[in-house]
Amino acid sequence: MPLLKLTIDNIEVEVEPGTTIMNAARKIGGHVVPPAMCYYSKLEGSGGKCRTCLVKVSQGSFKDNRPMPKLVASCRTLVQDGMVVQNTTSPEVIENRRAITEFLLLNHPLDCPVCDQAGECHLQDLSYQNGLEETNTDEARRTFAPIDIGNLIKLHMNRCILCYRCVMVADQITDSRVHGVLGRGDHSEISTLIKKAVDNDFSGNMIDVCPVGALTDKTFRFKSRVWFTRPFDAHRKCTKCSGKTVLWMKGEEILRVTGRKDKYGELEEFICNDCRFVYKQPKDWEIEGPRKIERHSVISQNHYEKLDNEENEDKIEA
Amino acid sequence: MAKKILLDNIDVPGLASFEVYKQLGGYSAVEKALKNLTPDQVTGEVTKSGLRGRGGAGFPTGMKWGFIDKKSGNPRYFVCNFDESEPGTFKDRHIGQLNPHLLIEGMILGSYALGARTSYIYIRGELFYVLKIIEKAIAEAYKNGLLGNNILGTGYSLDLYCQPGGGAYICGEETALLESLEGKRGNPRIKPPFPAVVGLYGCPTVVNNVETIATIPWIINNGYEAYSSIGIGNSKGTKLISACGHINKPGVYEIELGLPIEEFIYSDEYCGGIRNGNKLKAVVAGGSSVPILPAELILRTATGEPRLMSYESLSEGGFQSGSMLGSGGFIVMDHTTCIVKNLLTFARFYHHESCGQCSPCREGTGWMEKILHRIESGNGSMKDIDLLVNISKHIEGNTICPLGDAAAWPVASAIRHFRAEFEEHVKLQKCPF
Repeated sequence: MPLLKLTIDNIEVEVEPGTTIMNAARKIGGHVVPPAMCYYSKLEGSGGKCRTCLVKVSQGSFKDNRPMPKLVASCRTLVQDGMVVQNTTSPEVIENRRAITEFLLLNHPLDCPVCDQAGECHLQDLSYQNGLEETNTDEARRTFAPIDIGNLIKLHMNRCILCYRCVMVADQITDSRVHGVLGRGDHSEISTLIKKAVDNDFSGNMIDVCPVGALTDKTFRFKSRVWFTRPFDAHRKCTKCSGKTVLWMKGEEILRVTGRKDKYGELEEFICNDCRFVYKQPKDWEIEGPRKIERHSVISQNHYEKLDNEENEDKIEA
Repeated sequence: MAKKILLDNIDVPGLASFEVYKQLGGYSAVEKALKNLTPDQVTGEVTKSGLRGRGGAGFPTGMKWGFIDKKSGNPRYFVCNFDESEPGTFKDRHIGQLNPHLLIEGMILGSYALGARTSYIYIRGELFYVLKIIEKAIAEAYKNGLLGNNILGTGYSLDLYCQPGGGAYICGEETALLESLEGKRGNPRIKPPFPAVVGLYGCPTVVNNVETIATIPWIINNGYEAYSSIGIGNSKGTKLISACGHINKPGVYEIELGLPIEEFIYSDEYCGGIRNGNKLKAVVAGGSSVPILPAELILRTATGEPRLMSYESLSEGGFQSGSMLGSGGFIVMDHTTCIVKNLLTFARFYHHESCGQCSPCREGTGWMEKILHRIESGNGSMKDIDLLVNISKHIEGNTICPLGDAAAWPVASAIRHFRAEFEEHVKLQKCPF
């Protein structure tokens, strides 16, 4: 099959047939990549829900050069040959992204100062980039009490943006899913069925895929702000997973273990609960070296590794 | 008297039973089609009749059938959308309750045309008593050889099931309906792919409204020319209108498309005028989702033409001065009605019924309800009105399914046409009604 040509924000790129606009933009990289709060390339059927990645298609294809009537979700729209896409060059897209950010924050508690996700939170990033400076609302927010789902994971439903990623992880990575979305509309919640505990070898990945602080690691809760810890790539021999992880250390102490995330915050490989929760001694691990943090997030602010020029550029653009 | 297609025999006692229905010429269309017509000929009749989907969107039915993927070799399904739950719309219930065999006959014809061997009627959970009636009718049809193996000895076999929903408005959206029918949470799917390619259980599927399906037997019996000679422009045939609100004679009426709205509201054959001789204030012409229109714009278009009951005439002027025919839920309000309060009721409904899958609708519907509640209870401010317009603008078109649009349009249109009333609420710090 010949490659398909498309233009995103005046930059041309060629991609395989069957590629989404989002992945074509990721191929270009930089500012043309729309933010994704629910799309996760490793999870089948994810995306389309948060609407932050909406882009304008100003020309459908070479064959049909009409623009698409509505903004489209770039994570779920396939590229056509000759498509012209506008992301940051379209005022309409920018305005809508601002509105979507406002919607996502509408019922969010904004409790970043006490949230473990702060510093690596996608919603935080999104609101820095697209949020309003002041609020339009003084309405009461919907609230839920935090609950334990199993002995390793804490659920703060207040912070959840209902991206469905954790549900898909449970569906696709683990052998049984005991949690899902209950209820409807803004009162729907992630929950386990009749107080069942989430308990299987890969459940910890739910924490890693959560874009916000709704699902947090109970072994790490309130121990440290993430930007005070130092990430190291490490591995161990594991029979359940690849054993390739990132250790978040303070001095000689391993505060938490996560999977390795790429620059879009997506896991490179899912890891098992043994690696994540059990082995917390430096002697358990073969440390490879400092983890390069590619994101422009607050984590790299206190990073000992010198930022190279490319990352500096990224930071300025953001 | 206007031509009656769907409600012709509706007043005959015992119409819901097989014997009475058969005696009145029922199931003759099935006999004609299965014995004398090929499936493509049935599709052709429906296409040429100009029948459009009666669920609200008005998409040409024959064209929808034409999209079904026959090449994949997968089984095909025909599904009836009986999840009628739009506030103001109660026309499908009328057919299901009083004339279930008409629906079943239409189901057999549609399934035959599409080559479906299994078909479903997805009925709204609250209509449990109608479900009982339909199930009884299905059993009768099986007993008389109109369903099951080898129907009427023609070699065509069909199984028909009636499945109740759990009581969610969103399951009236066709892909959410299919999810629910599969036993999953009723979240709308992201399109494309469309159901005609990937539908129920991943197989090609057509979903049609009750009224659409119930029209098919008449088209087969009388030919497409007879059907397309009724109506006006691209709005062919008749339409059921469920009229409610401040009129003297609420109820379900069958009208020929093209009937002037003024006649519909004031003639004794239909609504019989406004209650107590009151003044007409506003009309929601097609179920709660469509834009509301003030009296002067519902009776005449912006250009002064009389407005007619047809897809084209009602949408004339776009959303600036027009509306939509929608599902035919005709809600009439007289001058004693508070538009803000009415809108709050609609907003509460959409807040309650949003599935919560995509963020603009999940968060925006609740937000609009809270603001409207504030204005109606006398605590609103002028900037709330603009905020409402802004929110509705950001929901519209940005959601996965049309529920977002349906929630946004009433708000946008009510403020467009009745802004003064909102401002009065704010100025007086109470509801003036």
